[in-house]
Amino acid sequence: MGKLSVTLCGIEMDNPIIPASGTFGYGYEFAELYDINMLGTFSFKGTTKDPRFGNPTPRIAECYAGMINAVGLQNPGVEKVIAEELPKMRKVFHKKVMANVSGFAVEDYAYTCQRLDACPEVGWLEVNVSCPNVHGGGMSFGTSPEAAAEVVRAVKKVTTKPVIVKLSPNVTDIVAIAKACEAAGADGISLINTMLGMRIDLKTKKPVIANKMGGFSGPAILPIAVRMVYQVSHAVKIPVVGMGGVSTAEDVVEMMLAGATAVEVGAANLIDPFACKTIIEELPRVMEIYKINSLTEIIGGCN
Amino acid sequence: MKQGIFQIIEQVPLTDSVMRMRLEGDVSDITASGQFINIKLDGLYLRRPISVYDRDDHSVTIIYKVVGKGTEQMRLMKVGETLDVLTGLGNGYDTAVSGDRPLLLGGGVGVPPLYMLAKQLIAEGKQVSVILGFNTKQEIFCEEDFKALGCHVTVATADGSYGVRGFVTDAMKDIDYTYFYTCGPEPMLKAVYRTSMTEGQFSFEERMGCGFGACMGCSCKTITGYKRICKDGPVMRKEEILWEN
Repeated sequence: MGKLSVTLCGIEMDNPIIPASGTFGYGYEFAELYDINMLGTFSFKGTTKDPRFGNPTPRIAECYAGMINAVGLQNPGVEKVIAEELPKMRKVFHKKVMANVSGFAVEDYAYTCQRLDACPEVGWLEVNVSCPNVHGGGMSFGTSPEAAAEVVRAVKKVTTKPVIVKLSPNVTDIVAIAKACEAAGADGISLINTMLGMRIDLKTKKPVIANKMGGFSGPAILPIAVRMVYQVSHAVKIPVVGMGGVSTAEDVVEMMLAGATAVEVGAANLIDPFACKTIIEELPRVMEIYKINSLTEIIGGCN
Repeated sequence: MKQGIFQIIEQVPLTDSVMRMRLEGDVSDITASGQFINIKLDGLYLRRPISVYDRDDHSVTIIYKVVGKGTEQMRLMKVGETLDVLTGLGNGYDTAVSGDRPLLLGGGVGVPPLYMLAKQLIAEGKQVSVILGFNTKQEIFCEEDFKALGCHVTVATADGSYGVRGFVTDAMKDIDYTYFYTCGPEPMLKAVYRTSMTEGQFSFEERMGCGFGACMGCSCKTITGYKRICKDGPVMRKEEILWEN
């Protein structure tokens, strides 16, 4: 194993860097810029049972050290993802990919996961119980330990691949939800999804975003993410994937010290399409500065 | 798409709120008129997408209107300062289908992307008519630039203070054209859509996240399915447009 490599739910990764779902498409826009096989893996665009256009525009708002998005899970639906997107992805990415799944009913999650379970290129299923953008959608699952656990049980029945549950930070007690997912059989937890936010245009006195509210992400939320990763990783035995505002190699080390086994990078990809490449190239230098021999050794190193 | 560091080599006010900026750097990925660049500004998170006015071998020129924090910050920048820029974004206009008498209609800050297009069409030996729409005489820019290319230029002002009184569509009726290209505010695009007698291409604007097709922040519905304005657009053909409201 190299000094950057980590093992996530039994699958070895060359490094812990994972572009987060919704910021990397199916990889091929980025593959025009650099060889994306240098990534640990990536989590592809959130997939639902049926095709979705998502929310009306504007879907994006500027914030201090971050942005709000209310895309609303636009995706072509699981059948088209399998038939059209994954074959295109395979041409540019040859490692196991993380399949990100959303749903609006327990059966939808199970259906989509079952379909993706049959795809050999899928290494992990990342089950999003937290997307804050959709009315009456994923939100309700992610805010209740029982509902989240129900999704996990349904998904675990239809797949043998590791199931990582992606949690929302917009809850009172994220630890309780993480524990409920672990008890229901989850193989890992990823956190945090975006934080519910809103901006108002002073000229029009209306919300900037057509959906009014959306998910706030970017460097501004890093401290909240580090705190939640720390809390959750100390409360569960399964691996934790940390994300939220990560933009530099130093942020990656911080997330891993907090308890993350791997680290997702989201909004940073949209601002700097080379963000993940730069982070991976910078990691050895940053490890040297902080006298880190292997990333695996520092997981949860902050006590 | 390419990412590069560009140096400001020219920064000129054209009106009270419209600026022209020339940036020197690797412009090899700017391959069509109607494309845009995406500019990173210190202290602001999202890049600012600005359409390309013109390019040469080593520089790209943009014309932008100061409308908020980002463009205000750009206005205050000085020659010699540098910017992190993504270039070669968007599909751009297709000139192959224009026929020999294309008409270009631009409104306000929708005018700049039509300049490089006009230049290209003229170079292809076509007879180019241009209608530029502004609110008032004080807001007019680029009229002489199009004339210098050899285009037949008509200016329309909403208040009648210069040229034809009214909108670009009021000036459109008197012109004989084989095809049209347009860029401007959405109400203008809709009016052009209704008034035009031929096929044509529209350039759209939307708040963007990334500007290169990754985030789905600027999607729209078209006759042929969902499209990303930044990547599959910003130029759409008349026959594929679906007006949502």
